[in-house]
Amino acid sequence: MTDNRRAFIKKSVALSGYSMIATGGLLASPEASAEWLTETTSTDILQQTIKRLFKDQKIIESDKIDIQIPKTAENGASVPITVTSSLNNVEGISILIEKNPIPLVAKFELSSDLEPFVSTRLKIAESSAVAVIVETNEGFFTASKKVIVTPGGCEI
Amino acid sequence: MSSIKIRSKRMDGNTQIRMLIAHPMEHGRNRDTKTNALIPAHFIQELTVKHNKNVIITGSTGANISKDPYFAFTLKGGNVGDKITISWVDNLGNKDTQEHIVN
Repeated sequence: MTDNRRAFIKKSVALSGYSMIATGGLLASPEASAEWLTETTSTDILQQTIKRLFKDQKIIESDKIDIQIPKTAENGASVPITVTSSLNNVEGISILIEKNPIPLVAKFELSSDLEPFVSTRLKIAESSAVAVIVETNEGFFTASKKVIVTPGGCEI
Repeated sequence: MSSIKIRSKRMDGNTQIRMLIAHPMEHGRNRDTKTNALIPAHFIQELTVKHNKNVIITGSTGANISKDPYFAFTLKGGNVGDKITISWVDNLGNKDTQEHIVN
């Protein structure tokens, strides 16, 4: 009985040792895992999304974009937003939420028959900045506003 | 019955188009309260608005839009009797179209 038990313990220790070595070898180096952590921080996801959407276009901060959104939202599942702009020749309006797992909300391509005006309702997981990027024939312009979401909106 | 409700209003020479679409807009991270299983993502991906025969809005939307999405846009000019056609396609391939005459 005791022999069996001893043998079993020996084997299991040896096995776990092997498996540790095996996984250590298989997994990437510690530097790689650190890289992964920095990649998943929210602002980086936002930057990546912007990069993917607009390539390497220069995006300029502008005060000619008006975002109407409540400063505090009691219910993150439905936050009304209205975007208007006094910029000329608006071709598209995109809305992004910095801390949502997928930042992009929507990208609208507007024809010249439309006023630069979009109104909709958003889901916001946690207190975060809401950014709007307006595309005109002269380039890209951005503005953002912070929204505080009071309860945990993650399940909504 | 169509899932899209459209309302239009003539304002200061412009036409405001508002729409309300019945859609769950699930982002795929919610869990069923009874079975605790993940509810698969189900959201509108494409939104197209036509004015008479011209496409005026093409939108790529994601699951960050609230359940039963609401959108409003303003059309420059526009006349009574103009036809507005709105259609959507979701990530599961479902689609719907609705026509509306500006009044």
